[in-house]
Amino acid sequence: MKILVYVLLITLLSFSVALKVHSAEKGDEAISIPLKLLENNKPGKTVDLNQYQGKLVYLDFWASWCGPCRKSLPILNEIRSQYSSQGFEVIAVNIDEKLADALRFLDKYPVDYPIFLDPKGKLPKAYKVPGMPTAYLIDEKGTIIYKHVGFKTKDRKKIEKLISEHIAKR
Amino acid sequence: MNVILKLSILLMSLYSLSACTFVGAWEKGSLARTEMAFIPDPMEQRMSDHIYFSKEASSSGSAVSGGGCGCN
Repeated sequence: MKILVYVLLITLLSFSVALKVHSAEKGDEAISIPLKLLENNKPGKTVDLNQYQGKLVYLDFWASWCGPCRKSLPILNEIRSQYSSQGFEVIAVNIDEKLADALRFLDKYPVDYPIFLDPKGKLPKAYKVPGMPTAYLIDEKGTIIYKHVGFKTKDRKKIEKLISEHIAKR
Repeated sequence: MNVILKLSILLMSLYSLSACTFVGAWEKGSLARTEMAFIPDPMEQRMSDHIYFSKEASSSGSAVSGGGCGCN
């Protein structure tokens, strides 16, 4: 009987271990993995998040099947055009398995910022993103200073405030 | 005999663990496809949710409970 209890305990314990996920948090070093950049609607040169050190980066994970991304992409594009002259950049990491899905989405919601292609989900896996969309504001030294899960139109104010405050502090 | 029984229970529970996996938010592309939904038509889904939860008379994640007529 005793052994049965142990087996049960171990099984339950492994459940909790499997479900426990530590996502990248404020203060963590931003992880960088080389990925392909979307150029002329196809995978282009290999790029790395590290290349953007020295800039304030808003790293946004998105997918064509993610509902709130329909709101976030156009808004982020506006924020980016507003602050790009002040050393701010938005980097979108698309995690669609099929590029055609991403292109169909971008046809409806075009953006000017660089899009990294990650069909295997290597980068979101490394960050252990808790939901879609998830975004990280990364400072000039490559440290995460803010994490944003989900997206609502009213979030724009908060994000803009964080960006403008950070730029003013420089 | 007893040992064999215990061992087989242990092995069976260990084997069942392989079925437990964590699906990350980034891996839900296939799950989000229309054909993966119980009711693929969003209008039909809302309708059945509305009727179901008003009859249930308990508040839920997708609708507010009502008197049972399904008219609120």
